[in-house]
Amino acid sequence: MQMPRPSQAILDRKAQIVALLRAALPEGGVIWDEAELRAYECDALTAYRCPPLAVVLPRSTKEVSAIMRICHAEGIPVVPRGAGTSLAGGALPTADAVVIGVARMNGVIETNYPDRYIRVQTGRTNLSVTGAVEADGFFYAPDPSSQLACAIAGNIAMNSGGAHCLKYGVTTNNLMGVTMVLADGEVIEIGGPYLDAGGLDLLAVVCGSEGQLGIVTEATLRILHKPEGARPVLIGFDNNEVAGACVSDIIRSGILPVAIEFMDRPCIRATEAFAGAGYPDCEALLIIEVEGSSGEIDDQLARIIEIARAHNPVEVRESKSAEESARIWLGRKSAFGAMGQINDYMCLDGTIPVSALPQVLKRISELSDEYGLGVGNVFHAGDGNMHPLILFDANKPGDLEKCEAMGADILRLCVEVGGCLTGEHGVGIEKRDLMVAQFDPVDLEAQMAVKDVFDPKWLLNGAKVFPLAASASRRGEG
Amino acid sequence: MRPVDEAELAGMVRDAAGPLRIVGGGTRAIGAVTGEVLETGGLAGITLYEPGALTLVAKAGTPLADVEAALANEGQRLAFEPSDMRALLGRKGTATIGGMVAANASGPRRVAVGACRDFLLGARFVDGQGSVIKNGGRVMKNVTGYDLARLMSGAHGTLGVLSEVSLKVLPMPEVSVTLRADGLDAGRAIEALSGALGSPYDVSGAAHIVGGALMLRLEGFEASVAYRAKELMAHLAGFGAFSLDPDADWAAIRDVREFGDLAGDVWRISVAPSAAADVLARIDATRAICDWGGGLIFALVEGGRDLRRDLGAMAGHATLMRADEATIARLGAFHPEAAGNAALTAGLRARFDPRGILNSGLMG
Repeated sequence: MQMPRPSQAILDRKAQIVALLRAALPEGGVIWDEAELRAYECDALTAYRCPPLAVVLPRSTKEVSAIMRICHAEGIPVVPRGAGTSLAGGALPTADAVVIGVARMNGVIETNYPDRYIRVQTGRTNLSVTGAVEADGFFYAPDPSSQLACAIAGNIAMNSGGAHCLKYGVTTNNLMGVTMVLADGEVIEIGGPYLDAGGLDLLAVVCGSEGQLGIVTEATLRILHKPEGARPVLIGFDNNEVAGACVSDIIRSGILPVAIEFMDRPCIRATEAFAGAGYPDCEALLIIEVEGSSGEIDDQLARIIEIARAHNPVEVRESKSAEESARIWLGRKSAFGAMGQINDYMCLDGTIPVSALPQVLKRISELSDEYGLGVGNVFHAGDGNMHPLILFDANKPGDLEKCEAMGADILRLCVEVGGCLTGEHGVGIEKRDLMVAQFDPVDLEAQMAVKDVFDPKWLLNGAKVFPLAASASRRGEG
Repeated sequence: MRPVDEAELAGMVRDAAGPLRIVGGGTRAIGAVTGEVLETGGLAGITLYEPGALTLVAKAGTPLADVEAALANEGQRLAFEPSDMRALLGRKGTATIGGMVAANASGPRRVAVGACRDFLLGARFVDGQGSVIKNGGRVMKNVTGYDLARLMSGAHGTLGVLSEVSLKVLPMPEVSVTLRADGLDAGRAIEALSGALGSPYDVSGAAHIVGGALMLRLEGFEASVAYRAKELMAHLAGFGAFSLDPDADWAAIRDVREFGDLAGDVWRISVAPSAAADVLARIDATRAICDWGGGLIFALVEGGRDLRRDLGAMAGHATLMRADEATIARLGAFHPEAAGNAALTAGLRARFDPRGILNSGLMG
């Protein structure tokens, strides 16, 4: 994975730049010590590491603005960082970059139940947004699996999803407004406590722009009243294709489950060995969760089970209690950890039309044989968001490269069948060079034109999202 | 000009000698635009519909009615409830799917399920220089690159001309039921709407005709709706008696049909619901309808008044939907933006349409 060569001129001025940053923030707001910087050398894509020039941890929009003004004036690259949980390398620094971390900005600014929103500083973790309103019966819907750790800033940058977005949508569908610091330090407000921000839909491009358009410091998020209850059913099949057909039939039937999760045999076996959730040993299993009152849940589950019966399931396990629900979810929630016990893994998140599911699963299994690397599939089937976990050995020379090559083949396959490279993790550095598989140069040019407007000097996270060759002239290379 | 395919559309934009007025079916355009008419009705047809994947792709000029008929055939629909503005705006013509997306047209169900832009999965469009650009796709979750498709939704043709759109669709419910209450003043009515929308009962419509009915809609399977109707009435008992209204006309709310035959200017105001009662007091409208739980106000006022001045510094925005030419020219259809946002908007427009030929001047 290539990153731009750091500017020697900036590296040479480190002491001077650190002094400028320290003068702008209260004591303790700047990290420049080599050892301490190591904590910021990577995010959750740990295969790639590079300590930054310095890290700043501001506590307010005003402080972020002051830092941005300095970096803009000095021409220093900036890498925004939420909680550092990106699986795509979205927060990977370069040696000449200042990392602006929003972790200390984690307050709740306002909660408003009549208007159903919460306004938070974006360093707040996803789960603690719900935590701030759940005593009053409300919740924040997007639920990425890293929700205990990940920050709203990163959720907005990557337009994060989660298991329940089949019903509630992803971040962009739940974001009402932001306060954002632009690359030159200017602070703007987009949207607010009302539906549909005025003017052009700037929120739409900000959400999912991977920290390339500005640093979002505050966000107004839609909150909803919690449903009365939720319960899943687990259904096992002896064939992936049949499981896929069952998903499609459920969706067509008029039931809208909050989640439809899919696990294949390698993943089921690994999970059983690890967590012992008592899953059936079968080719594919679905976990389908519905919400409502107890009676409504019973009714929806009965409809789902009736549809499933037509597909000859090998097992149907309907939850009747919170304890049984937890048991059904246990395996799914342990899946990543279970695969990690077997070996290092790379998690992809290409998304495909649901109708292409059987074909794609078959081809992934063929690729697994061709490359000689194991793959487990666990994913959000309702919306076609795949999560193939490719197993490799990081200590074995050449294995990572082989794994990356296989990952690229899988993602190209997703695009070929009408899908996309990433459904919820973002492009970052990981899928940057594959963008040409999905987009023509003119498409990428149109996207980069948006960045030109927000960040004319391309200082913000400039080495991400777009292939380096495509963005070179804008970043001042070549 | 009426291109029959995307390539011809691109050529016409590329070779345009002057400003273009982009028209789908011409049923919902607001504001004043001059220029040669470029009509997209020739780009018609549903190119892909997979009911099992809840996905539909159609060329931009496809009549909205054709799309809705195809969906109804499979028991599905556009859940954001696109409006028909012909009666309100005094238009003829056939609404197109592209015009709907360009206007981000969303009806009462927007408050529960999201706006048109929330259901937009991808788009193809021609920018101001005649380049064909694709963005998004046809899958539900997609964070691959910037979301230009959503940027096009609500841009009213000022950044590009849509040639194809890809939408998420949803199943139609088994039943739909409306609870109605009368005699509440606006403040109490909006409190009741907030109470309903802040409940766990999945309210899919929450409107109040000021001086008239308060309406709450529940949709889904029959037994579930019956249960929720009972619970919701108990939940709102403090607001008085609710009754089932079998004649509730949500399309009339959606289309603001009541104002169609009445003289005066029509404004569309987006606010926080808790600010709605104050807004209503300030604007002193001849008639007003609150949708989206009070978050969207359609106001009928005497011609020529600058409603934005009456609103003052409000968190939200006011769009002038209908007025005479002089009033539109004086006030502008769209709410002026703060300086920083306006600079970004102008920058985007300069990049996507450097010659300034696409619906020039419409959005400021």
